[in-house]
Amino acid sequence: MHLHKYEKIWLTFGVGSLILFLVVLGLSAFAFGHQPPSHMGKVDSQNLDQDPIFSEPGLEQINENTYKATIIAQAFGYSPSRIEVPEGSTVLFQVTSSDVVHSFTIPETNVNFMVTPGHINMAEHTFDEAGEYLVLCNEYCGTGHHYMSMTIEVTSP
Amino acid sequence: MTQSNLAYKETLNEVEEEMEVHPKDKKLAMAHVYVAYVAFIIGVFGGLLQGLVRGGMIELPGWITYYQILTVHGVLLALVFTTYIIFGFFFAGMSKTHGAFPSGLRKLGWVGFTILSAGTALAAVMILANEASVLYTFYAPLQAHWLYYIGLTLFVVGTWVMGSALLAHFFNWKKAHPGQPTPLFGYMTTATLLLWIVASIGVAVTVLVQMLPWALGLTDEINVLLSRTLFWYFGHPLVYFWLMPAYMVWYLVIPKIIGGRLFSGSLARLAFALFLLFSIPVGFHHQLMESGISEFWKFLQTVLTFVVVVPSLLTAFSIFATFEQTGRAKGGKGLLGWLKKLPWGDARFFAPFMGMIIFIPAGAGGLINASFQLNAVIHNTLWVVGHFHLTVGTTVLLTFFGMSYWLIPVLTGRRFTKHANRCGIVQTWLWAIGMFFMSGAMHLLGLFGAPRRTAYGTYGDHPQAMQWFEGIFTSHVTVAIGGVILTAAGVLMFYNFIYLSFLAPKGKTEFPMTPDPIDTPNTPKFLENWKLWIGIAIVLIIFAYTIPIYQMIVDAPPGSPPFNFLIK
Repeated sequence: MHLHKYEKIWLTFGVGSLILFLVVLGLSAFAFGHQPPSHMGKVDSQNLDQDPIFSEPGLEQINENTYKATIIAQAFGYSPSRIEVPEGSTVLFQVTSSDVVHSFTIPETNVNFMVTPGHINMAEHTFDEAGEYLVLCNEYCGTGHHYMSMTIEVTSP
Repeated sequence: MTQSNLAYKETLNEVEEEMEVHPKDKKLAMAHVYVAYVAFIIGVFGGLLQGLVRGGMIELPGWITYYQILTVHGVLLALVFTTYIIFGFFFAGMSKTHGAFPSGLRKLGWVGFTILSAGTALAAVMILANEASVLYTFYAPLQAHWLYYIGLTLFVVGTWVMGSALLAHFFNWKKAHPGQPTPLFGYMTTATLLLWIVASIGVAVTVLVQMLPWALGLTDEINVLLSRTLFWYFGHPLVYFWLMPAYMVWYLVIPKIIGGRLFSGSLARLAFALFLLFSIPVGFHHQLMESGISEFWKFLQTVLTFVVVVPSLLTAFSIFATFEQTGRAKGGKGLLGWLKKLPWGDARFFAPFMGMIIFIPAGAGGLINASFQLNAVIHNTLWVVGHFHLTVGTTVLLTFFGMSYWLIPVLTGRRFTKHANRCGIVQTWLWAIGMFFMSGAMHLLGLFGAPRRTAYGTYGDHPQAMQWFEGIFTSHVTVAIGGVILTAAGVLMFYNFIYLSFLAPKGKTEFPMTPDPIDTPNTPKFLENWKLWIGIAIVLIIFAYTIPIYQMIVDAPPGSPPFNFLIK
């Protein structure tokens, strides 16, 4: 198969930059730990009230600046529907669904993950600015999908 | 040029002049085009309503819901319009390049068309009855009426039957011409159909084995993660099922329209073989943000995803090399003088060309979406909607519009008049301008976190949500304005369809098909070895999917019951 000289240059450049790009992605993921949310934990979505983690959803303080928020997504809201943390806190969110597929999304942050029934998903975020943060569902979950939200109140000291 | 190449070129040219689409094949192809454009215009108005509702400009009456219209819009435009117009193009093109279909295969084609249409009608009825507002991705455990799943099954089976008629026609030709390189149109049709068949097995399995028994009440629970994975095993190659026929227009039709010849046939074949290999084992890049699939398998499929960049680069090179070669042969001088020699006033060229240009930002957006960690920024936001309104909604659709300008008059025995051409040029500009506003605003809104597939809402007038209505350009209002312009363009396109189908003067229109390139006799044998390509495709699929799917089944959490009350 004949390849024109320019085509060889074009493909070499293209494939070269592709490899470089994938190496950057791979290093970022596996050397620096920037992984997409891929938690492997499982739950029984129909019996969350008996689950050791999700029977009591809410906020738990781990140490001075760190919190763990255990949240259940359900049509069409979140439980709890509001949490409050001081400015500068790091919050680890662990979320599951009691019914259909939802998402847990804080706009303009990197917290944006799917919540599938039977699975637990997680993300972490440090809230450096005070204010009321909106959390919303961006996976269609039924007629009331556009109402599904909760808030995170980040208070200044 | 060698002696044999020259002789080949001459015989081919003679054959080209003789071959026309057989009148009976024209009927079959045109039946597809009718359904395609009726679906198109309904889908366009569905889109308009969504834009206006989401922009807060109108409210829907009580008997119809936003998500019902959203389902209509997605199903009719992304599935029905594309599938019908693609199969219409395949039947017409295969009849032209491989000769008339034998009556048995033509009948098989009609059987497939009937099954496909029965499925479409059934699904449409269930959507209109508000029994299937599950969107065109129908993610479990939201549950539609079981008849909707029957409709989807018939839809897929119909395409398989039509696909077998087309494949049989191609392989019959191959058998009758041993040792000869196959016509490019047949090669590309075959690659596209094989991709479609291998990919649609995934959606067939989840619908038939998981969803249908569950919707009928035969099983109580469904494995949600497995069904999503099977859906996306199908969902990404679906994108290439739309794109490859558009590439066929670029490779095979555009060179003829601009008065040139395709640059290289072997590279075109290689590109299509690579699409077949690398567009299937990549579905996890749609599931990067979900739990239950480990980082390793997500990354592996991300790497495979990016390999499709290679055939896209090959295509970009071939097409622009063909443009330059032709422009220079027509006397274009200097670095860019050849550009002036292209037929800018010809809608059959201009519409697909606009599609190609828009594929540059569209493709760049696609690279961002598949970039592993970066996906968190845009996943399920309006950015994604903006993205595929550029790829399928503009690149593919403008190419299909450009194709319709000659395909419809060829099939109806009419002429593509100056009037039709002028309407085509205006249509292209309107579509591109409308899309600039709509898709542009969607991309930016997505970066500010606005969710996709969501009716009008302000989350209790939260400032975060209010800013999506208040931006100068970055606003749901801009999306709606773009939608209005696009609707005008859609109505004009529907008029073009009516005009070319029923009103244009009778006469002869050319089916523009580039003669096979002069390197055709030197086509490497391995490119024609379908067992090899299917074999590698299957090996790659097994490699990318076996272990994660095994884990999803063996290590599954308790399943999900149906949730059908949430959609009504």
